[in-house]
Amino acid sequence: MSDMTPTAAPERAADLPAQSPPVDPAETAKADAGARLSWWRGDGGEGAKRNLGLLATLVVLVVIGILTRPDLYGDASWVWGNTLTILKLASVVGVVTVGMTFVIIGGGIDLSVGAIVALAGVWCTTVATQSYGAGGMIFSALTVGLAVGVVNGLLISYGRLVPFIATLAMMVAARGLAAEISDKQTQVSNDSFINGIATVKLLGIPLLVYILAAVVAAGWVLLNRTTFGRRTVAVGGNPEAARLAGINVRRHTVLLYALSGLCCGIAAIMLTAQATSAQAAMANLYELDAIAAAIIGGTLLSGGRGTIIGSLLGVIIFSTITNLFAINGLSTEAQNMVKGGIIVAAVLVQQVQFRSLSQFLTRNRATTT
Amino acid sequence: MTSDLSRRRLLFGGAALSAGVLLAGCTSNEQTPTAAQTKAAATGANSEPGKKVTIGFSAPAADHGWIAAITNNAKAQAGAYSDVELKSVEAGADAAAQRAALSTLISQKPDVIVLLPHDGKELNAFGLEAMKAGIPVVNLDRAFPDARAYRLQIKGDNYGMGVAAATYIAEQLKAKGVSNPVIGEIPGIDSLELTQERSKGFADTLASLGLKVANRRPAEFTADSGQQAATGLFQALPKIDALWNHDDDQGIGVLAAVNQANRKEFFMVGGAGSKKAMEDIAADNTVLKATVTYSPSMASSAISLARLIGQGKGMSDLVELQVPKEIVLASETITKENAGNYLKLGF
Repeated sequence: MSDMTPTAAPERAADLPAQSPPVDPAETAKADAGARLSWWRGDGGEGAKRNLGLLATLVVLVVIGILTRPDLYGDASWVWGNTLTILKLASVVGVVTVGMTFVIIGGGIDLSVGAIVALAGVWCTTVATQSYGAGGMIFSALTVGLAVGVVNGLLISYGRLVPFIATLAMMVAARGLAAEISDKQTQVSNDSFINGIATVKLLGIPLLVYILAAVVAAGWVLLNRTTFGRRTVAVGGNPEAARLAGINVRRHTVLLYALSGLCCGIAAIMLTAQATSAQAAMANLYELDAIAAAIIGGTLLSGGRGTIIGSLLGVIIFSTITNLFAINGLSTEAQNMVKGGIIVAAVLVQQVQFRSLSQFLTRNRATTT
Repeated sequence: MTSDLSRRRLLFGGAALSAGVLLAGCTSNEQTPTAAQTKAAATGANSEPGKKVTIGFSAPAADHGWIAAITNNAKAQAGAYSDVELKSVEAGADAAAQRAALSTLISQKPDVIVLLPHDGKELNAFGLEAMKAGIPVVNLDRAFPDARAYRLQIKGDNYGMGVAAATYIAEQLKAKGVSNPVIGEIPGIDSLELTQERSKGFADTLASLGLKVANRRPAEFTADSGQQAATGLFQALPKIDALWNHDDDQGIGVLAAVNQANRKEFFMVGGAGSKKAMEDIAADNTVLKATVTYSPSMASSAISLARLIGQGKGMSDLVELQVPKEIVLASETITKENAGNYLKLGF
């Protein structure tokens, strides 16, 4: 994927001195990552701008909601409940998107996430697994997600398969296995603990929203405050430079896909709880939802750049659109067209922003030095 | 260092291996097998073993409960006859794959073919070809547009499902004395013709009674999509009087959403007639009060009729000496009162 950044990479390299003045030449790759330590400074200067843009989009969507359904928005308790519903709707895809963001920043893509969610969901709801209780179900969902992710990672890093191909194959295979295990039936979850995950509220906020918040927080820390995160940015930005800087690129790639798989395992538990069942066709096209959310959140599809907060906002924007169309009784066809339009618009806006920003930085540097 | 690494590897390897063993044990789905929907004609000359009939069968690979029940029913029904041999071919994932599978089926020279096509229009040509080759085709559910492409067409009534659901809802609302009712609808995949027919039957019947659908959010025949569609619908309609959900499989998710949103003010009608829906209706402890059938038992009947066609017999209760050309199943309304009778047809 790195060969797809002939224009972006030099620009980024040129930006570095301006953003993080104390550059140690020996740690180019690390500094590249360090430049975007957080979303409000460094490269985050641009990221913050983009996130503000996403927030503005959200505000616009809410205003449209208020204008089109003033009767509903006039009721404060409905507004609160609706906000929680939007967040709950975002929770499953949100968890998947956190994993996806890591994979994309690391220069890959994971098309198998929806299939992994389905496989993990089906695996944890078989009669045999359910006999072990909630603990067994959670264990098997997480382990299956993790294991499939590791297989993806091994195929890509050591098998040298292109991520697109490897995860496409896994998407088909995992859904096939899920259909085989479930015998194509909808498997009902009878475990009250698991089903309770979707109904329990703490301090008036659904547990699902806390899980999303926890995964997002963990993802943010992992990306911005750990070596793992810096390595991810380095590997995605320029794998060769990362390798020369002493990063075990292959092992890191395996870990990235394992992380994505683990997120799918978590999402599988959440989705199974929500639907009180699992089947091979569940989580249909979640890969596209997750990729789209990451992209409008500002993650560069060619790797090396992206933020967790941006991805989260991307997911919330999509679930707000779904909600907006639902409360206005508009067709889902129109909704999909709007979603497509927003993806294109977001990328176009980013390109313009990126260009003007790098021009600004170049000029800025010229005056300071 | 090396010993440390190998110990670590050993530890990880051992953990992974034991997790794998544990997981492999978790894939079993053993439970009491559900009785398939079979019925050999109990009386009359038609039940007597006759000429041996080889029936070729093809249906799409099952992606949800209904299609799985179709294939299971066909196999079970064929097994109930001593004079029927069933040659089943997996139809794969799309019309092209099914066409390929069918050409191998034709080469095995079956006496009759029972076919649930991926798409009636796309496989119409195959029907014509088989009929021209002298093999009668029993077209199951998804209809061939060309009447020369089949000997018998047996299908469910999608439009009638909508009619039945709307009729039941209107009756109930009238009995409750609700004026200006808010009616919600959760269809399946909206781009499918069958979904459009169901929705049209529903809307037409409601309109004839002066009612209308307040909001419809399509799902995808899966429980998780049903949950999401229902959640959206509940946000849009703070108060609902009646709800029709097209499919009982996705209804599992709809009922979960009902539970999660703590909504109890309305009653719900399902569709298709799954075993679980019938049990819920009989137990009468959820908002699900009725379901309108679209029964996969039609596959069992298709095998019985294919046998009769192969043996040149008619349906013994009718005057005609041959099996009729078209049979459309009525969509029946299952409520608490009659759920017990239908339970054996649930899938």
